[in-house]
Amino acid sequence: MTQNKKELAVAALRNGTVIDRVPCGALFQAVRILGIEKMTNNVTIGNNLSSRHLGTKGIIKVADVEFPEDVLNRIALIAPHAKINIIRDYEVVEKRPVALPDEIVGIVRCGNPKCITNNEPMRTRFWVTDRDNVTIRCHYCGHTVKAGDAIID
Amino acid sequence: MNTNSLVSIDDISRDEILDLIERARFFEEHPNHKILDGKVVATLFFEPSTRTRLSFETAVNRLGGRIIGFSDASTTSSSKGETLKDTIKMVSNYVDLIIMRHYLEGAARYATEVTETPVINAGDGANQHPSQTMLDLYSIYKTQGTLENLTITMVGDLKYGRTVHSLLMALRYFNPTFRFVACDELRMPKEYRDFCDANGIRYTEHTEFDAEVLADTDILYMTRVQRERFSDIMEYERVKNLYTLRNDMLEDTKPNLRVLHPLPRVNEIDRDVDDNPKAYYFEQARNGLFARQAIICKALGIDIYKEAES
Ligand SMILES: [Zn+2]
Repeated sequence: MTQNKKELAVAALRNGTVIDRVPCGALFQAVRILGIEKMTNNVTIGNNLSSRHLGTKGIIKVADVEFPEDVLNRIALIAPHAKINIIRDYEVVEKRPVALPDEIVGIVRCGNPKCITNNEPMRTRFWVTDRDNVTIRCHYCGHTVKAGDAIID
Repeated sequence: MNTNSLVSIDDISRDEILDLIERARFFEEHPNHKILDGKVVATLFFEPSTRTRLSFETAVNRLGGRIIGFSDASTTSSSKGETLKDTIKMVSNYVDLIIMRHYLEGAARYATEVTETPVINAGDGANQHPSQTMLDLYSIYKTQGTLENLTITMVGDLKYGRTVHSLLMALRYFNPTFRFVACDELRMPKEYRDFCDANGIRYTEHTEFDAEVLADTDILYMTRVQRERFSDIMEYERVKNLYTLRNDMLEDTKPNLRVLHPLPRVNEIDRDVDDNPKAYYFEQARNGLFARQAIICKALGIDIYKEAES
């Protein structure tokens, strides 16, 4: 617990959510996926911080928000090893990894220009076909892409 | 949930494939079985495909159903910017079944999500064309008496040819052996080779199309090699005649071998093969009628055998 408090001391959060261990290259995508740009809450974003696990990492702290689990799990697409810390009254009350869902609705745009989803006002839908390599397959046209190369809306 | 639709051959089970073959055989024996009395079927061709449309419309007519629709999207409201969803919802009000072809991939899948009316995919871009696969399977079954344990040699464009990909997927239930014959540029994609590996399906790859590769072949599936598939036009000129079937190549093949081709052909099968009893591509196209009659009745949930007794 003391270790956690030190780590989080940058902008001590009384209540809220810390998303830790985000790969540096995926940090701003994660910010977008979580819709943080539109929030008025107190938000701290750090990048290129040193990490025992990743070398460097990004971190996102949002005050007074606990995201629904399915929203947090969306960032597993680009940050499969991210850790979620739920803070209440300066204490980490919950710490868990993100979990890649089987199905991803919205967020990702299909890379196939001839896909119906790129030509019709509708939500995209992908299936995770390979968890180890985070590969997803378009429910409509069958186009397959590695999540790291996917176009995130 | 729209469950009677047929969007992709991958959606249907081994038993459903065999059931559709049985139904196709029934329709071959009873081609004018009028069981669609009072039914209206829409054929929505957002991209023209005369061959496929005529086959489906003949199937509906022989079953005694009525048809509405269009054969070219430029004459419809979608050319005025109407969404696919709106067109499908509008047509759903009028018909019992929608048969659709679209230039966009995934269009038929999406259509099933916006209507409760069953949808048959008659081709969505380079993606799926399940009635073609069913007629291929029916042709194989008819000529070999089984779908099990066959050696299938696929020749020509194995990279972009959706018919060979769908056929490969559908045959996964029946312990096939594949011979893939193509130039490097049109080689069977890794995705499908991986699929074979993962499912224990035997295959060999060849760049030479000769009598040797045909020695143990039961089904020879020819496809068209198109100039526009090549990034290097010199490569096209080099290979365009290497994957042509000549009559003499069939001399020492197995007596049960049959030559299939999804048609139209250009010059990948010499004309003198047409008179060889092993040539089957014209009958194959005719089988499309029975396969489509079977698919239509299944989509409408009609028990064809029961109706036949009454
Ligand atoms: Zn797609």
